[in-house]
Amino acid sequence: MAGYHLTHLRELEAESIYVLREVAAQFENPALLFSGGKDSIVCFHLAQKAFWPAKIPFTLVHIDTGHNFQETLDFRDELVKKNNVNLIVGSVQESIDAGKATEEKGINASRNALQTVTLLDTIEKYKFDAAIGGARRDEEKARAKERFFSHRDEFGQWDPKNQRPELWNLFNGKKNIGEHFRVFPISNWTEMDVWQYILQENIEIPSIYFTHERDCFVRDGVIYAHSSFMQLKPTEKVERRTVRFRTIGDMTCTGAVVSEASTLSQIIEEVASTRVTERGSRIDDKRSEAAMEDRKKAGYF
Amino acid sequence: MNNLPTDNLSGYLDMDLLRFTTAGSVDDGKSTLIGRLLYDSKSIFEDQMEAIERASQKKGEEHVNLALLTDGLRAEREQGITIDVAYRYFATPKRKFIIADTPGHIQYTRNMVTGASTANLAIILVDARKGIVEQTCRHSFIASLLQIPHIVYCINKMDLVDYDKDTFFRIKKELEDFSAKLDVRDINFIPISALNGDNVVDRSTKMNWYDGQTLMYLLENVHIAGDYNHIDARFPVQYVVRPMTTEHHDYRGYAGRVASGVLRVGDDITVLPSGFESKIKSIDTSTGMLEEAFAPMSVCLTLEDEIDISRGDMIVRRNNLPEQSQDVEAMVCWFTERPLQTGGKYAIKHTSKDVRCMIKDIRYKMDINTLHRNEEDKNIKMNDIARVVLRTTAPLFTDKYHRNRFTGSFILIDEGTNETVGAGMII
Repeated sequence: MAGYHLTHLRELEAESIYVLREVAAQFENPALLFSGGKDSIVCFHLAQKAFWPAKIPFTLVHIDTGHNFQETLDFRDELVKKNNVNLIVGSVQESIDAGKATEEKGINASRNALQTVTLLDTIEKYKFDAAIGGARRDEEKARAKERFFSHRDEFGQWDPKNQRPELWNLFNGKKNIGEHFRVFPISNWTEMDVWQYILQENIEIPSIYFTHERDCFVRDGVIYAHSSFMQLKPTEKVERRTVRFRTIGDMTCTGAVVSEASTLSQIIEEVASTRVTERGSRIDDKRSEAAMEDRKKAGYF
Repeated sequence: MNNLPTDNLSGYLDMDLLRFTTAGSVDDGKSTLIGRLLYDSKSIFEDQMEAIERASQKKGEEHVNLALLTDGLRAEREQGITIDVAYRYFATPKRKFIIADTPGHIQYTRNMVTGASTANLAIILVDARKGIVEQTCRHSFIASLLQIPHIVYCINKMDLVDYDKDTFFRIKKELEDFSAKLDVRDINFIPISALNGDNVVDRSTKMNWYDGQTLMYLLENVHIAGDYNHIDARFPVQYVVRPMTTEHHDYRGYAGRVASGVLRVGDDITVLPSGFESKIKSIDTSTGMLEEAFAPMSVCLTLEDEIDISRGDMIVRRNNLPEQSQDVEAMVCWFTERPLQTGGKYAIKHTSKDVRCMIKDIRYKMDINTLHRNEEDKNIKMNDIARVVLRTTAPLFTDKYHRNRFTGSFILIDEGTNETVGAGMII
């Protein structure tokens, strides 16, 4: 019976497509959280495959901090136009203006944590019963404990010590009214798998993943893009550098890497030889050892 | 991960995937072994290493505690134990690996069962100083019950018995005698020291009497293509694809994941439960049509005839049918505080089908340390494993778990709390 054999990428793809179809079958109003980053782009690509030749049965939801890279927003709008899908943008600025979220103070202020408020409000407002996200278990140690189907109570909270066991490929999406699920179809993918898959499938990604010149400044060893969203300290100076982004988040908490990689193959080579995790450039995880666990319990992505 | 083939990008696209599970308790060296595999395969990044160095120092520990890599939740780090299943990833030029790292204590049997349900291979650690202990029996039984195709006994801490040959062969003989009672297909024995790295990734220079493979060599080369059932064609319908667009106006596709067997265009099929017959017209994917599909591929089938088919139905080859019955006998692992009871009613999820069931009888409780079947004690509590008989509200299309892990398994759900309360393997 040799010969009936899938490569690791095909097996991961089959698993993710299976999970996405379970979402469509088990929930009434699912959303696909779309940030314009590579992981959510891969999720979108997988969803297209899962339901072809039908349209994807999910609404795209972007939680916009107002501090995003313009390139990412342009990419998002282009993708929505090209594929004729529904997009809902939840605005952190609106949550702040409505007094539901409070802007952080100080030089390292970030709207990253405020996204949780806007996300939960958006889920409630549109009555989404499942929100699909591109989080991966290899990203961070609290995420390593995450389920494919992750139950959230009526406050949107995650209870990591009381999770439903997941066996074989049987996913239990039963819930009470007002509760919802987070679903992570690419749980078992690593950063390397994602890049390999983007190469294999020839998937378009925002330009800032590739090398480009940009005005940057360095703070605590992290290279930040210079923007009107971040105040410079007197000692910090702006320099033109050749960089790319390994992960894309809010501009205030995403660090760049010095890189000449201009093709997917070069990115893969770079990822293969790097000695730091991709979230090593994410300042949001560094606030404490359990930073991610705490944010996730509150309802973060 | 810098030992991946950077000069040969096509090499990445040609790796396969092995899922394995490790079970163990605090001091049998499980975390050290995983740390060793990750470290020696260069899968631990500098910032991760620095983070655990900082954390170890803060706790006043002398050595870098590799267990901190796998214990992800705050409660786990505080108590120094693994509570939940943690998934870890590493890759070598040959394979990508997914580790389901589970706690080994009896009160975490349900986590071990969860980790084992998707594994191709189980690593069971045996302390060379102690030989077979209760925990060895428990882990072996779970691996056999969940039908993990390959078992590797790592006789660990060989450094503490002076790398003694006789000790290894004595334990190996004991394990062989014991595992004859179990239902296991492929068993391997490797003498290792996880602490010093002997026979983990690199061959030990201190055990020249051992001419078998290292653990990493075995993980990279064990034959897994035969782990799926490629004989009995089973296609549980997961979702019906109906585009209703001008271009695909009458398209009706049946989306699902091949549970087992091979499906080919032109095959004569039967749809269960209706019994309607047809032929496979096409196997569709977004990138083109396929001639055949096999487990575990996710595809979309179209049929020659218009038949009413919905989620929960199963498409099978006409000359090879599964069991169709409302009476199911199974081994059940119980997950929750409220005991499993005769007469209890639960929701049951089997492949893509949702029905309800009632527990008709509890035949016996299994003592998973001694494999003794206790027919007197029918009090089934959390983490217990029992043989039960159930009656479902509609027929299920099943194969024995021994033959098919996907059509032979189910979960039980408490309809009051929506919790997953049990996992069943059909006998």
